[in-house]
Amino acid sequence: MKLWMGLGVLALAEFIGVIIAFIWPRKPVTAEGGFGDIIAAGQVNAFPLNTVTAFPMGHFYLCRLEDSGFLALSRKCTHLGCTVPWMEEDRKFICPCHSSAFDMRGNVINTPAPRALDLYAISIENNMVKVNTGKRIRRTEFRAEQVTYPKDA
Amino acid sequence: MNRPTSKREEPTAEQRGDLQGPRWGAFDNLILHIHPRTVPEQTLKFTLTWGLGGMAVLLVLLQIVTGILLMLVYEPSPGKAYESILILQNDVVFGQYIRNIHYWSANILVVVVFLHLLRVYFTGGFYGPRQFNWILGLCLLFSVLASNFTGYLLPWDQLAFWAITICTSMFEYIPGLGIWLQKAIRGGSEVGSNTLLIFFTFHTSILPFFLILLMAFHFWHVRRAGGVVIPKRTDEEQEIVPNYVHTIPNLVFRELAVSLVLIAFVFVFSIFFNVSLADHANPGLSPNPTKAPWYFAGIQEMLLHIHPLFAVFIIPACALLGLMILPYLPYQTNATGAWFVSRVGQRTAVIAAVVALVFTPTIIILDEFIVHINTGSFAVSPAVSHGLLPTLLLLVAVIVFYLWVRKRFTATRNESVQAVFVMLMVAFVVMTVACALFRGEGMKLMWPW
Repeated sequence: MKLWMGLGVLALAEFIGVIIAFIWPRKPVTAEGGFGDIIAAGQVNAFPLNTVTAFPMGHFYLCRLEDSGFLALSRKCTHLGCTVPWMEEDRKFICPCHSSAFDMRGNVINTPAPRALDLYAISIENNMVKVNTGKRIRRTEFRAEQVTYPKDA
Repeated sequence: MNRPTSKREEPTAEQRGDLQGPRWGAFDNLILHIHPRTVPEQTLKFTLTWGLGGMAVLLVLLQIVTGILLMLVYEPSPGKAYESILILQNDVVFGQYIRNIHYWSANILVVVVFLHLLRVYFTGGFYGPRQFNWILGLCLLFSVLASNFTGYLLPWDQLAFWAITICTSMFEYIPGLGIWLQKAIRGGSEVGSNTLLIFFTFHTSILPFFLILLMAFHFWHVRRAGGVVIPKRTDEEQEIVPNYVHTIPNLVFRELAVSLVLIAFVFVFSIFFNVSLADHANPGLSPNPTKAPWYFAGIQEMLLHIHPLFAVFIIPACALLGLMILPYLPYQTNATGAWFVSRVGQRTAVIAAVVALVFTPTIIILDEFIVHINTGSFAVSPAVSHGLLPTLLLLVAVIVFYLWVRKRFTATRNESVQAVFVMLMVAFVVMTVACALFRGEGMKLMWPW
């Protein structure tokens, strides 16, 4: 009897294991140059200081700060995942879902969002700004070391 | 009063009277596999059950029939789903009508199962021997909600896409497992084609399978308990002697009457009110406002006031646990069949409802307009100031209320627990209504007209 019970438990564990393995999140299929890939955003000079440029295909905003540094912000609100538009006249990201607001560096200026907008890693090679949209970086707030500067600046 | 033994009480031959009821051929057999041959006459009174359980069964059947018809047209992929709904509505004969019936009866089903839960609770249908059937009922409630929720995404319009986006985003706040769970449900990091396929499969095969399995289990437990609760006047001590009558025609005719009225209502309602279809889903543009499906609006309302960890995880988990252990609490009496336990129970339930009706809107309005403090000005983390603190305050309020009811009305444990149940249920309904109807652009409070 105990043997049968043991075998039964083993079979159940295997069954559950197979199901979990089956539904385990797969690696997303990414199109070349699309969301999930490394995206070449453009030449450094194409982005004037103190501006925000949207990249709809890459699901991010490229922000050029006043001191010529770059930040790639995820467009997903950290509260419940709505897409936040950049409001040029207010100079803020304002979420239409629950009116969370973020400044140009992604910092929260109006709750309920619990943390700053997520980041994507930036690399600048030969004056070309590249954004890695494969990995979203979570953070609580803006810190200076998150900014990427062009070499010759 | 002593608890009844959990053995089912079969009527004796005398109670049953004539064993041979009218014969309906093959139907006789089918019906008597679900129902017993005889039922207590007292349980046939409409105002005991309000026919809610039967209505739920009928609505599920309606869902299956209309759902199968819809599956003949619908295509579960982001490129085609929206198109196929347009084809359904514009080119298929009665397409829009079938969609209306499916949609409206699904929403009515959520209301009906919720009312059924309340009816069972307030007539003491959860005391022994029906304790486990209460748990099965809760599982059925969640299956219905899950079916509704997975169906919500399928039209792939803006409303569907963003409602599912914000609801699945709530999983992120579950500590530890949350992010993995969210990825598994979405089939990736964002709502996309995998999500649609997963939701479609759950909606059309996995959930219906569990729903039907649980229903069979639920009905079997009803029979094992000797049918639904036998009503008794509150504050009457003597046992009621059941008077058995034939199921056919006494019960079956009543069920048919309720079914026909409900079907007529759903069909007529579906003629006059078309289900809307918003614009094609656009992941780059969140509509303002974006709301969860109305049955989750209570949780969304809580999210506006309380830190997400508490609003979507700790408080709902506690509520669920509370509902689960409700039948197993150490009660002083077994009040099976008595509406609201007793006269004291009726009074305290009304008081609890009034308290919740006054305080919930007050707190919502106060939080919206007066004490809106920005997290930045707080020295402690927002999880404490906006999560732990309000949750503890709420807990203290509930405990004080419980003790006050016990003392002021010399209420039994049954009556006091019931008062807390009423208070929390009313508060939940108020929050649901507040979010679903009274919130507009930017989720600000406003009149719905």
